[in-house]
Amino acid sequence: MIETKVFEKPKAMVDVTTHYCPGCTHGVAHRLVAEVIDELGIQERTVAVAPVGCSVFLYNYIDVDSYEAAHGRAPAVASACKRLLPDSVVFSYQGDGDLASIGMAEIVHAANRGEHITVVFINNAIYGMTGGQMAPTTLIGQKATTCPLGRDPKLAGYPIRMCEMLATLQAPAYITRVSVAKPKYTIKAKEALKKAFQTQIEGKGFSFVEILSTCPTNWGLRPVDATNWLEEHMMPEFPLGVFKTPE
Amino acid sequence: MAKGRVGVNEERCKSCGLCVAACPMKVLRISDKINSKGYRPVEQFKEGCIACMMCAITCPDVVLEVFRLEDDKACNA
Amino acid sequence: MAKRFLMKGNEALAEAAIHAGCKYFFGYPITPQNEIPEYMSKKLPEIGGVYLQAESELAAINMIFGAAGTGKRVMTSSSSPGVSLMSEGISYIAGAELPCVLMNVMRGGPGLGGILPSQSDYFQATRGGGHGDYRLLVLAPSTVQEAVDLTMLAFNLAEKYRNPVMILADGFMGQMMEAVEFNEMHMDGLPDPAEWAVGYMKQRGRRALVKSLYLDPEELEAHNWKLQAKYAEMTKNEKRYETYQFDDAEILIAAYGTVARIARTAINELRSEGLKVGLFRPISLFPFPYDPLETLPKSVKQILTVEMSCGQMIEDIRLAVGKELPVAMYGRVGGMTPSVEEIKDQVRKALGR
Repeated sequence: MIETKVFEKPKAMVDVTTHYCPGCTHGVAHRLVAEVIDELGIQERTVAVAPVGCSVFLYNYIDVDSYEAAHGRAPAVASACKRLLPDSVVFSYQGDGDLASIGMAEIVHAANRGEHITVVFINNAIYGMTGGQMAPTTLIGQKATTCPLGRDPKLAGYPIRMCEMLATLQAPAYITRVSVAKPKYTIKAKEALKKAFQTQIEGKGFSFVEILSTCPTNWGLRPVDATNWLEEHMMPEFPLGVFKTPE
Repeated sequence: MAKGRVGVNEERCKSCGLCVAACPMKVLRISDKINSKGYRPVEQFKEGCIACMMCAITCPDVVLEVFRLEDDKACNA
Repeated sequence: MAKRFLMKGNEALAEAAIHAGCKYFFGYPITPQNEIPEYMSKKLPEIGGVYLQAESELAAINMIFGAAGTGKRVMTSSSSPGVSLMSEGISYIAGAELPCVLMNVMRGGPGLGGILPSQSDYFQATRGGGHGDYRLLVLAPSTVQEAVDLTMLAFNLAEKYRNPVMILADGFMGQMMEAVEFNEMHMDGLPDPAEWAVGYMKQRGRRALVKSLYLDPEELEAHNWKLQAKYAEMTKNEKRYETYQFDDAEILIAAYGTVARIARTAINELRSEGLKVGLFRPISLFPFPYDPLETLPKSVKQILTVEMSCGQMIEDIRLAVGKELPVAMYGRVGGMTPSVEEIKDQVRKALGR
């Protein structure tokens, strides 16, 4: 019998157990990014900008030059870094509490300036690290610690669709929404990430990949149930698709 | 149909069960063993793996390696 | 003889930075310092640099964080309310030990305050401004020429200590025009950015990590003491001050920045009336030069601080002289500068003449 290994840990990923909760799809997203870095051969010139949030420790898991940015400010940090080091491949990795709340100005303006960075947006419709508060992307009726009766649009408005909003801007080159709910979506998510990094490498401009993700702990669901909830409730609210295609 | 097997890094597993649900051949289950973090790691408990890699793709913790198995002689599919 | 240029203070500050090798500017418009970003927006593209107007001071200081992490010479400028917005980012930059130069062209506060000059950010500048146990190296020029020289020094010191350095100017200095020269200011022995900065992974063989988070209490404590050791070095090496007509003075005026140059004129005029007045002018506000105040000539019987604030530097003066000498305060806090006549009146009153 000849054995051929067909799947293993990517080289750019550090060989440590992550601090993420069991079933948290940050682990999947991190691995996809690391796989793309390996496949494009860019590890030595990649710069990661990690956010405030559960994934503040992204730099412990992906072995590239990294910054730890203030809450919401990663696009500003990434913009400056890329402008000073144009041969680097600079990406930010941000949650919904970070990007769509405190960081709203920074993401809109980095996108509007067409900064040559790649933004990986992990949308799990909740504030994870701080214990499950309502986020700008929390669904109507979804319960969180700061909307214990469920999100009421009269009090808190509606979930924000970042891809659709950023797609109204002229400058961005590639905007897409993908999911890691099930392997069939995860495979496409990786393709999107690869295309996003290639958009930057080819000098085409700003790329943005929104990855619909789970937060089993704060959703109060088991990991498998959380992926089902994502598929049944989040995906209709945040449709998958490509909102801007690079030329 | 390809043949394969799954390698498990038991210390990394957090027992989330995503791979068990993802496997189309149902060859994975949460075992009775306990790792040093207190989680019960997954195990491949029967033959039938087709090396589709759905388990490894869905695993958030890079627990799984997947191997494709081929006979030394050319096989008749 | 070096070429002299008649320049507006703000523009001279910008040109000095360019002379010091700074090619990267990220900022936001705010009165009374807009000539700085405007000058940079014109000059930096001409020399292959980067000028980027951010969407806010919050974004600007975080761009500085990103840019400073590459080890290159970077700066931003703002004025009082904008500096307040930058406070969080400044704390991050200090915590991550990144070099950069910040310019605060002070205006009236608190809140929206006014657009005329003030010195009411002394506490903010010298006591950190943002959260946590960090300090900025703060330099306070008194003339536009000194602003040029201190700016060039600031970039060297920022790299030497891997810490933000602040040039504390005011709206008066930013708007006035004076003739200035730009002399080279090279400093030897500065650390090599390739050792720590982002962008050298291949060269260095391992990646760089720009961060300020230390969840483990022992690690955070060690990091904080490391920063403190740095500030102790600054205190040992970087105190700067000027004394004028000290030796037989009966009363000292303590002032910095624009107020000090007005005070100097007042002192000259008072001296010609026979009054024995001297000037103590700190140039570094952190580290504050306490030493000359601890060893004053016996003739000095009192100190009058003059500030465009409700009394901030006075606390450092009191810290130095303790109960030894009476220390009084004269302040103008609406945006007007104290006049030579006003200062003379205050001194005469203090001396009972």
